[in-house]
Amino acid sequence: MRGKRMGKVPIKSRSYSLWLMILPLYLFTLLLVAGPLIYMVILSFLTRADGWGIVNKFTFDNYINIFDPVYLNTFVESFRLAILCTVLIILIGYPFGYFMATLSPVWKKRMMMLLMIPFWTSSLIRLYGWIIIFRANGTLDQILMGLRLRDTPLKLLYTYPAVVVGMVYALVQFMILSVYSSAEKLDWSLLEAARDLGASSLQAFFTISLKLTLPGLLSGVILTFIPSMGLFFIADILGGNKVVLVGSLIQDQLMKAHNWPFAAALSVVLMLLTTIVIFLYKRITHTTEIEGVG
Amino acid sequence: MRRYRKAAYLYLAVMTMILYLPIVLVVVYSFNESKISSVWGGFSLKWYEILFRDKAMFEALKNSIVLALSASILAAVIGTLAAVGFTKIIPRSKGIVEYVSMLPIMIPEIILGMVFMAYFAMLGLRFGMLTLVLAHTAFCIPYNYMTVKARLVGMDKSLGEAARDLGASEVRVFFDITLPLLVPAILSGMLLSFAMSFDDVIISLFVTGVNINTLPIKIYTQMKTGVTPEINALCTLILGATIMLVFISTRLNRFHAKAQPENGERSGENDD
Repeated sequence: MRGKRMGKVPIKSRSYSLWLMILPLYLFTLLLVAGPLIYMVILSFLTRADGWGIVNKFTFDNYINIFDPVYLNTFVESFRLAILCTVLIILIGYPFGYFMATLSPVWKKRMMMLLMIPFWTSSLIRLYGWIIIFRANGTLDQILMGLRLRDTPLKLLYTYPAVVVGMVYALVQFMILSVYSSAEKLDWSLLEAARDLGASSLQAFFTISLKLTLPGLLSGVILTFIPSMGLFFIADILGGNKVVLVGSLIQDQLMKAHNWPFAAALSVVLMLLTTIVIFLYKRITHTTEIEGVG
Repeated sequence: MRRYRKAAYLYLAVMTMILYLPIVLVVVYSFNESKISSVWGGFSLKWYEILFRDKAMFEALKNSIVLALSASILAAVIGTLAAVGFTKIIPRSKGIVEYVSMLPIMIPEIILGMVFMAYFAMLGLRFGMLTLVLAHTAFCIPYNYMTVKARLVGMDKSLGEAARDLGASEVRVFFDITLPLLVPAILSGMLLSFAMSFDDVIISLFVTGVNINTLPIKIYTQMKTGVTPEINALCTLILGATIMLVFISTRLNRFHAKAQPENGERSGENDD
């Protein structure tokens, strides 16, 4: 007993220095994450002063305001765009991630590298590439007109489809990576067994592969759906002023209308929607970690 | 299965090409003599010349580097200390603190930007580098915390315990044993944070000051007003730096994973 205790620092001073290690995270989280978020909720119940600033008067008006058809419509539009993008991302990204998992180990590594470069490339650079493609007489128009599919430029820049392409392009890698990480763990012999027992390829895919890669698919949905509600700069740059998302609305209320309490209320609602999506995800998959993030 | 294999490879190849198309176009047109992208006017380096003479652009680049460095270092310190601390004491509040500290990468960036702007204004902070660093650190911590935490899970605890039994203080164990073992994880977390901070537009737009531009903000405003191929040249340079970073990061990861059995056969080339 005595011999064993000899070298040890008393428990109290030991936990003291350990507390010092986690203290910065506690302080930072409290002051710079929890604090701002709580302030956002408080702000959403305050009244806007004439012109600049805020008056400390409690009100529900900011929330009632959201039900104004103009703003409500923005939420609906944002949701529609997010759903459309997510569906397209599933259709494009799922097969990509799934096929990637069937590659040989060497090619898996190469493919991963190929995916990582665009992923790490500034989102603005990639966005700029799409401007070159979409602008009037840009790459797309030149190809279409060169192939004599069209006589006049398509002028896709500043249209809804351009925004959709930009969003899908910006987010599809999250889907690919999370489907891949799920499909990689797949036991392919199960598929062969199913085929041997007479299932068609499609049957085998839907009964086995799809089921087992569902967690990856769902976490991909989370990783794409949530950001697509807020990526206002893509809508801004590729859509001109034609596509207004909740994100753009919040920015306008903050920067142009200077109605901070309303911007806060919009953010609270967006945050709640996000939380509901994450909650549903956890409910469906019974997990706490989102695959492909860590 | 076999029948579809070719189609699958073709799909991967085509999609990868589309993935790279916008990036390739940016690079190609950065060498374009003509001012109008999409019209090829011959090879030229003039946009690079213009870029190198652009003082405002260099100022923005400097700001971005200072910002990304400060945020990733601060986040590395806070994230690493906490991840290590949490392996030894587990306060009841651990779950909630962990959850809240991860929120900055879970919620839409627009909310984070809005929230920081309102909060900093309420506190009366002067908008500028300080507010930028604080906001960026908030979303960098999760990357560091997660990479370090993942590394700690696979680490041999007995080394630290042995040192403690031999009388080393907690502080010495941390600096002499834990920290050196964590270096690759900390570095890859920092690299990720650096990249995220260097690339951030949305949050920076909200918390930046009047007189301070970061590179993404500068590019963003130029893209909205009217682009010159100078941006192509800049983007090409950033792309080059990015590819180098990815290369370094995969090297780090390989080093990082060298103890793992699947990389066992390669461990020789990385031994120092």
